[in-house]
Amino acid sequence: MLDLDSKWRYFSNMLLVRRFEEELIALYKTGKFSGHFHVCIGQEATAAIAMDLLAQRDHITTTHRNHGHMLARGVSEKIALAEILGREAGMNSGYAGSFHLTAPELGFLSTSGIVGGAISLGVGGAYACKQRGDQSVTMALFGDGALEEGVSFESLNLASLWKLPLVFVCENNDATLWTPSGTLSKEHAVSDLCDLPRLCGIATKSVAGLDLNELNSTFTLAIEHCRSGAGPFFIEVKTARWPGNRTQWPEPVTGRTDLNMALGRQTIPDEDREWFEVNDPVLKIARQLANEPAGDSKLLEIDIAITRRMEVAVEFALSSPYPNARKALDHVFA
Amino acid sequence: MTIQKMSYAEAVLTALNDSMIADDSVSLIGRPFSLGPTRVLAKKLKEKFPTRVCEPPTSEAANAAVGAGAAMAGARPFVDLGTGAFSFLAFSQIVNEAAVCNYMSGGKLRAPVVYHVNHGVRGAGAPQHSHDMHAYVWNTPGLQVILPATPNDAYGLVRSALTNPNPTFIMSHFKQATMMGDVELGVSIPFGKADVKRTGTDVTIIAVSLMVHAALEAAEQLATRGISAEVVDVRSLSPLDEDTLLQSIEKTGRVIVVDESPLHGGVSSGIAGVLADRGFKYLKAPIRRVGRPNTPVPASGPMEEYLVPGPQHILEAVASIL
Ligand SMILES: Cc1ncc(C[n+]2csc(CCOP(=O)(O)OP(=O)(O)O)c2C)c(N)n1
Ligand SMILES: [Mg+2]
Repeated sequence: MLDLDSKWRYFSNMLLVRRFEEELIALYKTGKFSGHFHVCIGQEATAAIAMDLLAQRDHITTTHRNHGHMLARGVSEKIALAEILGREAGMNSGYAGSFHLTAPELGFLSTSGIVGGAISLGVGGAYACKQRGDQSVTMALFGDGALEEGVSFESLNLASLWKLPLVFVCENNDATLWTPSGTLSKEHAVSDLCDLPRLCGIATKSVAGLDLNELNSTFTLAIEHCRSGAGPFFIEVKTARWPGNRTQWPEPVTGRTDLNMALGRQTIPDEDREWFEVNDPVLKIARQLANEPAGDSKLLEIDIAITRRMEVAVEFALSSPYPNARKALDHVFA
Repeated sequence: MTIQKMSYAEAVLTALNDSMIADDSVSLIGRPFSLGPTRVLAKKLKEKFPTRVCEPPTSEAANAAVGAGAAMAGARPFVDLGTGAFSFLAFSQIVNEAAVCNYMSGGKLRAPVVYHVNHGVRGAGAPQHSHDMHAYVWNTPGLQVILPATPNDAYGLVRSALTNPNPTFIMSHFKQATMMGDVELGVSIPFGKADVKRTGTDVTIIAVSLMVHAALEAAEQLATRGISAEVVDVRSLSPLDEDTLLQSIEKTGRVIVVDESPLHGGVSSGIAGVLADRGFKYLKAPIRRVGRPNTPVPASGPMEEYLVPGPQHILEAVASIL
């Protein structure tokens, strides 16, 4: 079980991710950047736990839905935001944009917007870990959609055959579309995604992306399994799609998440009641923490501090110049 | 003949609709133009032909293989692979299977499958969503390579693809999807015919896909300076209409080749090579290529713009040979 300090820490990380992406949607809506982008609202708990439990020397691969992973791993919100806005001060100098944020200094390998990219590159990371023989592991984070691609089967098979230290993390954000009795998905013939790795002899566990304790124990188990040399481990994290992600581009349908909803001081809008009451990991942990002594005021203090941090980040990103256009010719080769 | 004004994306979907009415063996696998406001178009087609419009999983290799295999077995699938880069996942099925089955079978098999992607530098697409595919696929004998630049060409060339006996790879530039134009309904445009989009006498600008529009803009500006530019839209890279290109340079004696793909091994290089081989005798000045530098496409706007060829680059190239 997580101790109270850890819960507060994870809550802060999750709220930072939430406020970051809410800001991002607002910036997009006011024309501060262009292009396709994806937010992980509703998936913050996975990022907070997974990124915290990995060691410094471990590797990570992720996808188009990477913002939460970056921030939870410790990337500054200032340089992450500047990158998405295409600015010189961005963490990848404006080359990456939202799709490809990466921080190799924190263990990230290339961030791929190609479905099936992250899961398969992760096998390479794990191969390198095994070759080094230092008990390091790689974690590949990818969506349920990745398992529609052929390369994902090849990756599961190879990782299992070679007993690679790879934690597969399938962030299934369409979990509401699934029923235990069968599949309602148009994309997967199996109703349990864990059946796919299981066929390759890989240990699996399916977990709700809402419960920090459950996530913590599952990720701890998986990472230990891989470090011990027992081969890969597959975690399916089920979350319900945030209503704003039902459209092609994120829409601010639920507005700025008001923590007072968790404190019973603000009514929850009817349209999004279920999501906020049942499926929002940020409000869920906030409700637990509100029951601690002085919990409610501490929650709001943390929110004020994070909101202030985001204001600073927005100022920083918007005041950073665009890169010199000629830099487009740099970095083609190392 | 009915003429109707519509967007490029609508023209592609209308051609599909008309081909599906004309031929029961035509079907659609995929969601063409599913990014942005054009996404409703494929949905409408799905409502009209619920069993002949199939929405596949994110499985480009299998989707392309289904298209190739079904075509060998008598079907006429139009397979939409989404953004150009996604077709890399399907390359073996396209290049190793569809493109060579006629050849490998000694002429006994046919794979009349149509692949369609949205290609090109689209604005903040970053390296993985900005690919120009035509240079990659043009080097595949057995595959027809088609790049319409206008709604009418899109309609007519898709109609042709869906009656042609060979596999075809059609690319639509992202930035063309919402462009409007008159479409002659019911009229197919044959493959292997370049189109002179503007006649002129002083210089030929040969262009592909979106660059046709850059070339027309440049030609307009040249006209105000008393320079008469001819704009030739290649439209069909394979089969390639070498004669129309050569006739134009025979007339003008000067030529610029414009294409968005990177210069090395790019389409402008390939066309310039043909002109050098067969048209050197007509040329009064060196062939000039306008293309993208040999770099990936960055996410940030100003860096992206720096790489993309446009009217200004064409004007500079013309100035250097006149
Ligand atoms: C090879 C490939 N095909 C298609 C796409 C287009 N695409 C972008 S995101 C996406 C859905 C991915 O779903 P999932 O893996 O579950 O991730 P989520 O977006 O739900 O987090 C698709 C199909 C792509 N990026 N790459
Ligand atoms: Mg998903």
